[in-house]
Amino acid sequence: MRESVISFENVCKSYPLYHHMTGGVKRFLFNIRDGLSALRHSNFEALNDISFEIYRGETIGIVGRNGSGKSTTLGLIAGVLKPSRGRVKVKGRISPLLELGAGFHPELNGTENIVLNGVLMGLSRAEVFNKMDEIVEFSELGEFIDQPIRVYSSGMLARLGFSVIAHLDPEILLIDEILAVGDMSFQKKCLDKMMSFKRSGVTMIFVSHAMEQVENICDRVVWIEDHRIKMIGNTRDVISIKASL
Amino acid sequence: MNSKIRHYLDLIIVLTQKELKVRYKSSFLGYFWSVGHPLAFAFVFFIAFKVVMRVQVKDYAVFLIAGLFPWQWFSNSVNASPTVFIGNASIIKKVNFPRYLIPVTQVLQDMIHFMLAIPVIIFFLLVYHKSPFLSWIYWIPVLLTIQFFLTLGVSLMVSSTNLFFRDLERLTSIIIMLLFYFTPIIYLETMVPKRFRPLVDLNPLAPLMISWRDLFLNGTLDPSFAALSVIHAIVIFMAGYLVYQKLSWRFAEVL
Repeated sequence: MRESVISFENVCKSYPLYHHMTGGVKRFLFNIRDGLSALRHSNFEALNDISFEIYRGETIGIVGRNGSGKSTTLGLIAGVLKPSRGRVKVKGRISPLLELGAGFHPELNGTENIVLNGVLMGLSRAEVFNKMDEIVEFSELGEFIDQPIRVYSSGMLARLGFSVIAHLDPEILLIDEILAVGDMSFQKKCLDKMMSFKRSGVTMIFVSHAMEQVENICDRVVWIEDHRIKMIGNTRDVISIKASL
Repeated sequence: MNSKIRHYLDLIIVLTQKELKVRYKSSFLGYFWSVGHPLAFAFVFFIAFKVVMRVQVKDYAVFLIAGLFPWQWFSNSVNASPTVFIGNASIIKKVNFPRYLIPVTQVLQDMIHFMLAIPVIIFFLLVYHKSPFLSWIYWIPVLLTIQFFLTLGVSLMVSSTNLFFRDLERLTSIIIMLLFYFTPIIYLETMVPKRFRPLVDLNPLAPLMISWRDLFLNGTLDPSFAALSVIHAIVIFMAGYLVYQKLSWRFAEVL
């Protein structure tokens, strides 16, 4: 029996639409009844009754249109969001929701940002310092590593960000559309790195619009549409049905 | 558990370093700006109250400075607190770590600036033919701790609540300004009329600021003021943490 590392049981997630409050305290106090009822009833249902299991070592793709609830799903797995109903269970050391360069500061140089980003991603400072040379080498940024990153191009930023990720040691890796940047050779390098993560048994959850990449990497695909699971199954089956629609 | 705490410490170090580096990297006069502000205030108050209105306080310039520097720490941290979470939205939405670490770094950072400004206080003491006191070695850390938790409590309260009531941002700066004039910094607590005296004790900043001034000018602490400020700090820190606890799980949604 395969070990389940992530399980969603009838998970619902709704957001109250807070911008009703931005009218400010004054307007809220003058119309207390309207204000309160607006707060109570204006919910946005981002996920509706979702259940699935992800097993150790699997690579799962999450696909679906913009706003269908993919990022909310990742947020729930990462523990950044809490479900409104249902249960989310996650076992194992989880990498944060990977967005390239979380916490990067434009005024700091490449090395300083590696430390900042690496620690945010769950490494200790000592680990980051030990891996620094490898990370810098992987990024292929050369002398730019000592420049403040505000002078970097977006491709260079992506390189820096992914180089940190490539040196994490996670059990579960959450990836939110990061491979769409950088030049071809670097994209290939990223893909190779992901394959090596996969071979070493890391569970990966991969949100993407690039069906080709999903097809290459993922074992199974969860297709979310209109805040529900439309289909879940083998990569080829799901993608061929999705393409035929 | 232990490794978790170590990681939190690493996070605090890295985030504080970031703030300090950013602050001092982009301006040549970084250090000067962090002491320049309270010094300018001291100058203004000195002109207004000593030169013009002839207030009867001994060594008024150093008296002002001994109170304004710790006040500056408190007011900088609290004035920054409404936006600390908003400014770090990208991390909060993506990374699951205790969010209170962000206000902690903010308060810590301002504490470091305050500590770096202590030589300026010593300089003014020397100008007035006084000298630093040995008792500072143990009393300064005590007051630093008290003020750290008091400031953190206020900061947690303001930063958490502001995500849901953004108007708080404007209110905060007004309240801080009012609080400043209600706190015996530019005047002595004994100058407050008798019938308002109890209000001074109720002001959570008053006993602390009086303690700092006594410590810097005379090297002593009034035990009753010190004890009172401990109580204020504990109550405010607990209240702030409670507010934070109630609201923090929704931060990622509202940012």
